[in-house]
Amino acid sequence: MDFRSWIDVGGGFAAVVDWLTANMRWLFGGISDFVIAVLNGTTFVLASPPPIVIIVIFTALAWYVTGYRVAIFTFLGFGLIWYMGLFSLTMNTLALVIASVFIALLIGIPLGIWSSKSEVVWGIVRPILDFMQTLPAFVYLIPAVLFFRLGRVPGVVATLIFSLPPAVRLTNLGIRQVPREIKEAALSFGSTGRQMLFKAELPVALATIMAGVNQTIMLALSMVVIAGMIGAGGLGNEVLRGITQLRIDVGFESGIAIVILAIFLDRVTQALGTATQKQT
Amino acid sequence: MDIIEVNDLYKIFGASPKRAIPMIRNGMSKSEILKKTGCTIAINGATFSVHKRETFVVMGLSGSGKSTFIRCLNRLIEPTQGEILIDGKDIMTMDGEQLRQVRRYKMSMVFQNFGLLPHRNVVNNVEFGLEISGMEKTERRRKAIDAIKLVGLEGYESSLTSELSGGMQQRVGLARALANDPEILLMDEAFSALDPLIRTQMQDELLELQAKMHKTIVFITHDLDEALKLGDRIAILGPDGRVRQIGSPEDILSKPADDYVKRFVQNVDRTRVITAGTVGGHASSITYPNENVEAAMRVMERRGISSVFVTDTDRRLKGIVRIDDAVELRKKGEHDIASIIIDDVYTTSPSTPISDLLTTAIKTRFPIAMIDEDGVFHGAVSRAAIIAEVSKGNGDTETPVTLGELQDSTTGDEEK
Repeated sequence: MDFRSWIDVGGGFAAVVDWLTANMRWLFGGISDFVIAVLNGTTFVLASPPPIVIIVIFTALAWYVTGYRVAIFTFLGFGLIWYMGLFSLTMNTLALVIASVFIALLIGIPLGIWSSKSEVVWGIVRPILDFMQTLPAFVYLIPAVLFFRLGRVPGVVATLIFSLPPAVRLTNLGIRQVPREIKEAALSFGSTGRQMLFKAELPVALATIMAGVNQTIMLALSMVVIAGMIGAGGLGNEVLRGITQLRIDVGFESGIAIVILAIFLDRVTQALGTATQKQT
Repeated sequence: MDIIEVNDLYKIFGASPKRAIPMIRNGMSKSEILKKTGCTIAINGATFSVHKRETFVVMGLSGSGKSTFIRCLNRLIEPTQGEILIDGKDIMTMDGEQLRQVRRYKMSMVFQNFGLLPHRNVVNNVEFGLEISGMEKTERRRKAIDAIKLVGLEGYESSLTSELSGGMQQRVGLARALANDPEILLMDEAFSALDPLIRTQMQDELLELQAKMHKTIVFITHDLDEALKLGDRIAILGPDGRVRQIGSPEDILSKPADDYVKRFVQNVDRTRVITAGTVGGHASSITYPNENVEAAMRVMERRGISSVFVTDTDRRLKGIVRIDDAVELRKKGEHDIASIIIDDVYTTSPSTPISDLLTTAIKTRFPIAMIDEDGVFHGAVSRAAIIAEVSKGNGDTETPVTLGELQDSTTGDEEK
């Protein structure tokens, strides 16, 4: 007798997915509408102005939050992307990243706060996060495609799920690491739960939370490229084209564009994190 | 009614802690109960009260539950059983809103490691409590500035707390607590994290502030010297979480309630705490001009003393009369003692610690007279009494022995 037929792990999971697609269409429709709305917003902001305006804005931003070195890199890097003819694809990718990160933080930070307040919630959330982080990234693509078909929406959904864990983990960690005496001080002066959270815990934990935001952005960027496989568009498509058609030039150029985007996002968000630490 | 009354308070950490209480009542020890139930006893049936405007020090070594105890007073830690009355209202039965009101307006807390908000500057930290209670911005800023002045931090209003030294950070903590103008100040090892010099300075400043403000202060410390210096009354907690003794610093030193307290106070420099009033006492005196030289001699002979104090009819000290002079005077046939009253007698107040009297005691011929601010005579301290009190605190190991005894004991050793 075949033991594997007793409990069919893969088959069971497939049955759940089938049931969800059949019965939860309203839910996925709603999620889809929301994702499209956010995506349209970010794409509109990034894709409608001429490239030179975007480049100048990014350079100014880098200058303001970090310094002239990153600003010079930003100017030259995005200039190179423009020169290679990849600018609008890069902006599409960035729009996907920002939309995914926006939604991931919208879910992740409140979930992290809740986890830090309740051992029960953290006990449930933690194994799920472990599971999400160890599951190979490609596996996310399958249910995303089943629920949302092909295109940018499943790309964003897969990306936000993949990039969610660090936001939850580091928010949870940051709040748990707030020194006991600071919490006690806030309580001893008669804080309500809300005052405690917004006047003491979140400001003290902000640097750690920002580190989580930085991690979320970097993970989102790596996943958005993979999401090119399900038609999310942007630079991921180009990378895929480079691989499938054995076009080294295409693959290399889009790879460089991704690296430039990654360095820019990393330096700017990291600098924001340390700035909040020093802030009065 | 006292401002804080604590009745039969227990705090036990662990699962279902209430079952440990009957065991405590049956006299089981802390370690037995820990083994049996897994519960740790932090506070063990504490009962006492804190008077209005006094500094009440709770003193104990680490693990005696003193930090737990102060957190029970504002319910940062939930007591297991007992009653805590603040101005007659039981804080244990209050709901969240009532408790917040008490915390906002009635009592503030100062923490060992300051508990300041690192993202706020000094003035924003100080106004934190007022902000929490919803006070309007300009008013709370004004009160915060006042509090900052009170603790001597003018000019640092916009500094970040991380830029300040430990002593200054604790001033911020103190200012934050005072800004609310609470009746009760809870100070949890407030000066323990500071280095010794700064700590002494902060203690002095707290005493000065308290002389002006007259708050009710509950001060936690593990440092007996600090307790003796600051406390109007002191409660000593034993390692079992039980209150061993409550009393004035002098009571604790001169009448320790049990061996634990006795061992505790052994190494204290008693002379700084024991006052002239405790050591000294009644001294014979005569009243001038009502009593004459015969009366003076009669008193001295009856008491077997060689001099007697002289006061006026309002009990104000006039001086001292020696027996030799009195005998001379009588030989001459005079009765009025005015001519033989000596005024080079040393005086002190009853509240002077005897450490300040030591040098005087060595050079004076007479007992040191105790008078109050109005010059009224309150008895005297003899040299012998001071020396006896000083030597009480020391061990006997260095006591001198006579040469004869010394030789006897060394020859004795050689024979063995």
